[in-house]
Amino acid sequence: MKPEELEVKAAAQIAKQQAFDVRLFTCSSRGCQSADALGVITALKAEIKAKQLDAKVQVSGSGCLGLCGRGPLILMKSKTQKDVMFCDMTAALAPKIVTQVVVPMLSGSKIEQPGGDLATKTLDLNDPFFALQEFVVLCNNGKMDPEKLDEYIACGGYTGLRKALGMSAEDICKEILASGLRGRGGAGFPTGRKWELTRKVEGDVKYIICNGDEGDPGAFMDGSTLEGDPHTVIEGMLIGARAINATHGVFYIRAEYPLAVERIEKALRQARAAGLVGKNILDSGWNFDFELRLGAGAFVCGEETALIASIEGKRGTPRPRPPFPAVKGLFDKPSCINNVETFANVTRILQHDAAWYAARGTAESKGTKLFALTGKSKNNGLVEVPMGMTLRTIVDLVGGGTGTDHKVKAIQTGGPSGGMIPVHLFDTPVSYEHLKKLGSIMGSGGMIVIDDHDSVVELARFYLDFCVDESCGKCAPCRIGGKQMLTLLDRFVAGKGTEEDIKTIRRIAKAMQLASLCALGQTAPNPVLSAIHHFEPEFRARMQSPAAKQA
Amino acid sequence: MSTPIEATTVKAAAPKGDMISTLANKWKSKPGSLIMALHELQVKVGFVQRESAMRLGHEMGVPLAQIYEVVTFYNYFKTEAPGKYIISVCLGTACHLKGAGGVLASLSAELKVPEGHSTPDKEYHLQAVRCLGCCGLAPCVSVNNKVYAKLKPEDGRHVIECIQIDKPMIDIEQESVTD
Ligand SMILES: Cc1cc2nc3c(=O)[nH]c(=O)nc-3n(C[C@H](O)[C@H](O)[C@H](O)COP(=O)(O)O)c2cc1C
Ligand code: SF4
Ligand code: FES
Repeated sequence: MKPEELEVKAAAQIAKQQAFDVRLFTCSSRGCQSADALGVITALKAEIKAKQLDAKVQVSGSGCLGLCGRGPLILMKSKTQKDVMFCDMTAALAPKIVTQVVVPMLSGSKIEQPGGDLATKTLDLNDPFFALQEFVVLCNNGKMDPEKLDEYIACGGYTGLRKALGMSAEDICKEILASGLRGRGGAGFPTGRKWELTRKVEGDVKYIICNGDEGDPGAFMDGSTLEGDPHTVIEGMLIGARAINATHGVFYIRAEYPLAVERIEKALRQARAAGLVGKNILDSGWNFDFELRLGAGAFVCGEETALIASIEGKRGTPRPRPPFPAVKGLFDKPSCINNVETFANVTRILQHDAAWYAARGTAESKGTKLFALTGKSKNNGLVEVPMGMTLRTIVDLVGGGTGTDHKVKAIQTGGPSGGMIPVHLFDTPVSYEHLKKLGSIMGSGGMIVIDDHDSVVELARFYLDFCVDESCGKCAPCRIGGKQMLTLLDRFVAGKGTEEDIKTIRRIAKAMQLASLCALGQTAPNPVLSAIHHFEPEFRARMQSPAAKQA
Repeated sequence: MSTPIEATTVKAAAPKGDMISTLANKWKSKPGSLIMALHELQVKVGFVQRESAMRLGHEMGVPLAQIYEVVTFYNYFKTEAPGKYIISVCLGTACHLKGAGGVLASLSAELKVPEGHSTPDKEYHLQAVRCLGCCGLAPCVSVNNKVYAKLKPEDGRHVIECIQIDKPMIDIEQESVTD
């Protein structure tokens, strides 16, 4: 494909889309599929066909529409009225959207508040859940079918790559640095700086790797992004490849995400056929292709040196750094590893520009952040908010509180490497620097809402148990320290903790933080430490009573 | 690898030698692809017997020690024939907080097997997993890659019934974001 053809294709596709009076987007991501979204799509298509509306109404899949807890979701877009979102759809109910809403609309009625069976099946798009979000990464969801390349191109797809092909590697790095983008995989290292470092390393073979391992249990942002907008991630990797002069691309995706794997495979095939991946990309003379590798159920493989070992077909154990992957990575070649969401942000930065991107966020954290809002939150799902929004706004307004008579007690961010943040600190803006100050981390974006009926002692034990189970066992502080700490926590869970135990936990934690080889062991004590720090009375309530001790 | 492990493809027999050779030939030119070949074997046969893994790795030219390390390290690979229906109960954080422990207990009671085991007739295999990526619909269980969501702790029997009549289980609650 020649670069100008992108515009031609986009214009043709936009014209095609504009020919439809109504477009019905049904979320076809894993969550909604589990609630029969595909059955809903089939039912909609059948009804449209029966009513002979094929030329006027488009039925299509879509990336995640956000409120996974109420899926399957359908977003209705039309020329004549505001968008309407339908929820809790079933194959039986979906045809009624056609008969009770679409048909009357086509004959001139405005139906923004459907009645009858659909009265309780619409969501208010002015609700803070929708109104307070800002879409940068997720901006194509509800606008295109993730399985259609032309629809992605109509959304401006691959214009970021086109721009990058006209820039020097150094200038791409500078642009990303200027955008302020920081790695979304957890640690928040500035992406532009990482790329500049890798760019400067000489090498005839150089790898760019997408970390789609997403091991934090309770987080699904990366899986959702891969499923809902695979071309955006591919485009980001191509831009990254240009920035560091990479010769090969690798997707590493956890095997538990079969739909993400399928969508990436399909998107790669489409992009290859269109001349966007493979030989002579966009007629530039540049050749670049990808390989796909699957994880095999080990959390530690998200750590970059373990991930490299896993791609090499070995057991996924971390190794000491330096040498950093930028110098000695996959098959000992210079390599750059970034997170899925990082690459998606890169695409948007090039599709717009660094200043556009950096207009959002705080001093040290730019752009938006995806969160998987789950646990006791009333609204469960995938949200994207600007950096700097307070935790209170996210939890109480976007999340809608608990929606029950239980009260929010805390949130956990950063999964097993993160920490708990109690409700009295919820005026904190969400950013790398602020969450770190509270003893938690941004992490990759899991945000678990904990209510006053949940025990933080048990939750701390849950996370530690996870890390102990997932420790690769290579170094003693993590392997042995983790087990010892777990035994102590078990005593609290059983109501038999002691004052001394808390001191011992802190001592073991220090050893693990200082002496573990990789971040799994170094950060494993975080949930426990933050729980003790913020909720000491709960731990005290689980201590052995002095009477019992004497007996 | 995108094809789910369909119940019909799960056979209790060891893979034929020629299948292993075909897999080995397909992957051996790509460095480091032992894990991918094992994935494909598991999709085809339902599990990865230790002997099959050894043969596969050997034909791909991977040193014995490395094959052994890989098979023992990655717990995604099943070393024994699982049941016809693999029931994976998510014990990820979101599911944990919403009563996944109860779901596992009721399934275990219903099937009369502990977690990590198959029923004696090899119909069902019950296992705990970390996160199915459907956390918004917690708690969830997946059966041969089909997900059953928003379960209640006592839903064990219901899940088994759904498997037997093979229909997706959808449980819609009448809560609303706007009320
Ligand atoms: C135990 C462990 C698990 C990790 N899991 C992931 C993961 O699932 N996804 C991810 O992108 N990064 C993960 N990371 C962080 C990566 O090592 C790495 O920092 C990241 O992929 C870099 O990408 P970024 O700069 O774009 O954030 C993990 C780190 C550790 C120590
Ligand atoms: S800290 Fe834990 S996970 Fe990391 S290398 Fe050491 S034992 Fe393995
Ligand atoms: S925690 Fe259960 S699906 Fe994610």
